[in-house]
Amino acid sequence: MMGFFFEVLIGGLLSGVMYSLVAIGFVLIYKASGVFNFAQGSMVLFSALTFVSLLERHVPFWLAFAITMLTMIALAWAVERFVLRQLVNRPPITLFMATLGLSYIVEGLAQAVWGAQVHGLELGINDEPFEFLGLLLSQFDLFAAGVAGALVLLLSFLFNKTRTGIELRAVADDQLAALSVGIKLQKLWLIVWAVAGFVGLVAGLLWGARLGVQFSLSLIVLKALPVLIIGGFTSIEGAIVGGLIVGASEKLAEVYIGPIIGGGIENWFPYVLATVFLLIRPTGLFGEQTIERV
Amino acid sequence: MSEQNVLLGMSNISLSFKGVKAITDISFNVNQGEICSLIGPNGAGKSSLLNVINGVYQPDNGQITFDGETRAKMKPHDAAVKGIARTFQNIALFKGMSVLDNVLTGRNLKVQTHWIQQALNSRSSVRDNLIQRKKAEEVIEFLQIQQWRNHLVSSLPYGLQKRVELARALAAEPKLLLLDEPMAGMNKDEKREMSQFILDTKKEFGTTIVLIEHDIGVVMSLSDHVVVLDYGKKIGDGTPDEVRVNPEVLAAYLGTKH
Repeated sequence: MMGFFFEVLIGGLLSGVMYSLVAIGFVLIYKASGVFNFAQGSMVLFSALTFVSLLERHVPFWLAFAITMLTMIALAWAVERFVLRQLVNRPPITLFMATLGLSYIVEGLAQAVWGAQVHGLELGINDEPFEFLGLLLSQFDLFAAGVAGALVLLLSFLFNKTRTGIELRAVADDQLAALSVGIKLQKLWLIVWAVAGFVGLVAGLLWGARLGVQFSLSLIVLKALPVLIIGGFTSIEGAIVGGLIVGASEKLAEVYIGPIIGGGIENWFPYVLATVFLLIRPTGLFGEQTIERV
Repeated sequence: MSEQNVLLGMSNISLSFKGVKAITDISFNVNQGEICSLIGPNGAGKSSLLNVINGVYQPDNGQITFDGETRAKMKPHDAAVKGIARTFQNIALFKGMSVLDNVLTGRNLKVQTHWIQQALNSRSSVRDNLIQRKKAEEVIEFLQIQQWRNHLVSSLPYGLQKRVELARALAAEPKLLLLDEPMAGMNKDEKREMSQFILDTKKEFGTTIVLIEHDIGVVMSLSDHVVVLDYGKKIGDGTPDEVRVNPEVLAAYLGTKH
């Protein structure tokens, strides 16, 4: 009985890591510009679709990865040049609407170039469960968790060790002041969107390998939202912890509460949890509490 | 005032917002090493003028000569590169950071190493960090805010926040320092303290300073040069003593007899 509980719990935590991967992309852009980037989901779709289409044309794995990454950097450049730069100092809702439009453009572009059919993606990792200490675990889930962990380490290393981290925090706090000390807003935005594109690519490969590369991949935005509300929009650690909480709680709820009320809990339970968080702790577990003198 | 040591020359600057004129045809010079005050009633265009100098606003007309270079347009980033630092009317600090980190952002353009060197923790990046840190600590000591060095700026009282903002601007070792109401909302003692820091800045570093201030007593005791604005036009320009007896200035401040 206990063994089953842990199996569900660990399975949930591991699938939560996949949510975290998507959420991290949002956090990066939110920190740099205070905007919820609705287009993150279509960036995930776009990168996965580009990658898998290259593979199908017999481009070697790492070359396909490099080309896709370059494409994401080009996309970041275009977004900075043609969207963000035009909207400096506009209220966040304007930028949000712009990312909403952007998500349709990116999705449309992806399908115009690569077509709308479903592609299978094989990363060469066995998805069969294996037994560990009497628990059944998925090898693929463990691999995904490992990748997410490495990604977080890499990001926190880059942002803590280099000036980019402090510049990012400065821009998030006050754009005008950041400009006055000579921080290049445009360079910073390009970096952040390119890194978010990289995170989107990694998420796209893992999700694509699990669900198949298809249009619905862009809907994982909807899974990231409760993760962000619970973890906080401004913290990468928050995205990780939020993802774990959502993953574990939705699986446990499905298994233990589901039978009582007829199942299908998994899809909406994270939103109930997020709503509770909004009432108790609106900034999320790791979000910045703003102190305002009145 | 001799012509050869002019640091900042404003000539025929005009600025309007959607047809409403904020600044009309203003010209004046600021000499190397002087403290120049912009005064005038609310809405006279003082802050707009400051924003034109550091590139936040682009003037519709006119030219700005800074440090021997004449230009019509400049972005805030270019202004920072050329050596113009500033503070803001409503404190614009990085609230989530400590005092030291805020001052360190002022060193942003002095950082010599590339992000790859920083990520790899190379010897040159360690050395560079030490230099920036040392400079920041010097400024912190100069403005006597050592004891709050590691405090979050948002936890400090207003007067100290103003001083941290000045520290961030000074950390950039600017040629020209723009101060937008550095003493707004301060009591008498705090004003005296801030005036002393401004005078010390000029004496110690030879920094040229353009400031906006409403307290006429402070302005007269602090400034080498006063420019008076009213309704976006320049109505007075000279030493404090000259401006004090200028009939147009008196009229703007005290009202005219009709």
